[in-house]
Amino acid sequence: MREDIRAETVEIAGHGGDQIEAYQAQPLDDDQVGAVVVIHHMPGYDAWSKEVTRTFAARGYLAICPNLYSRDAAGASPDDAAAAVRAKGGVPDERLVGDVGGAAAYLRSLSASNGKVGVIGYCSGGRQSFLSACSLPLDAAVVCYGAFIAADPPADSPLKGRSLLRLAPKLACPVLGLFGAEDQHPSPEEIATLEQTLRDQGADFEFHTYPAAGHAFFDPNRPSFRHEAAKAGWEEIWQFYGRLLAGEGS
Amino acid sequence: MCTYQTETVSLRGSGKGTQGWFSVTDASVYFDHPVHASAEHTLNLDFLNPQLGPGARVAVELNADSALALAEAIRRVLASTGAT
Repeated sequence: MREDIRAETVEIAGHGGDQIEAYQAQPLDDDQVGAVVVIHHMPGYDAWSKEVTRTFAARGYLAICPNLYSRDAAGASPDDAAAAVRAKGGVPDERLVGDVGGAAAYLRSLSASNGKVGVIGYCSGGRQSFLSACSLPLDAAVVCYGAFIAADPPADSPLKGRSLLRLAPKLACPVLGLFGAEDQHPSPEEIATLEQTLRDQGADFEFHTYPAAGHAFFDPNRPSFRHEAAKAGWEEIWQFYGRLLAGEGS
Repeated sequence: MCTYQTETVSLRGSGKGTQGWFSVTDASVYFDHPVHASAEHTLNLDFLNPQLGPGARVAVELNADSALALAEAIRRVLASTGAT
């Protein structure tokens, strides 16, 4: 693998056919490869989200990160956009599914696509990754410390999203969950509830909870970064996607 | 953790952002991950005018002690001047 990539801003058709901004990265090799939709964290379509997208491309995947805040704050800086969306209670679930579905379709349309598409999301994107896996034809889903999958937000929270347990029976692909033992959103109890639900329905999933790590342990730009957990988490991701996204598509 | 806890307040006043002064109509108050401050969580204040777009924003990220000290100072100043 040469790790040579091309990365650029593109426009894709999102929910309802809306044209939304996205950051695309892909290997320069001509091989037919799997693809990954990166769902950015609540702080938005920022430099780290783009770095993660490039990381997938450097490992040989087609990757794209749709700007989920395109409609709310076109052209705004990522932090201003995130503040505006936060004040509105986050991204509506229906719109999220449309945008991720559009991103997956875009990836499948690329000549280097092998037809397989995974999704990964961090923080609020972790919940949205699970939502996508229950709503769209995908091949693999990684959930990084997503809260409110197996619990409702507090009653006084402005968040519009609710627990996704009602959708769990529709889960259509394997799930890798990566969590921090010291996180409270999701709490260990919420993770256990989700784990039990998936086990009861016979889902294909694996969860890893890292000690001495809390929320956002993957992000090296934040004090919450935990090197050991992040390193171990990335290894799980490479194995998971290597198993599920390689080869010819279905 | 992401606390997701947010309070919004309607305001009347002005703030100075990257494009100069603008009328502030709303504020968001939340305790969550900062964008810039070196702390896992901060009390974040966004002074906003949504009518002018997302860029009409003055943002402050304070540690919890600083935020409480600020709140108490505001109360003291207003009380001592008879403004409230």
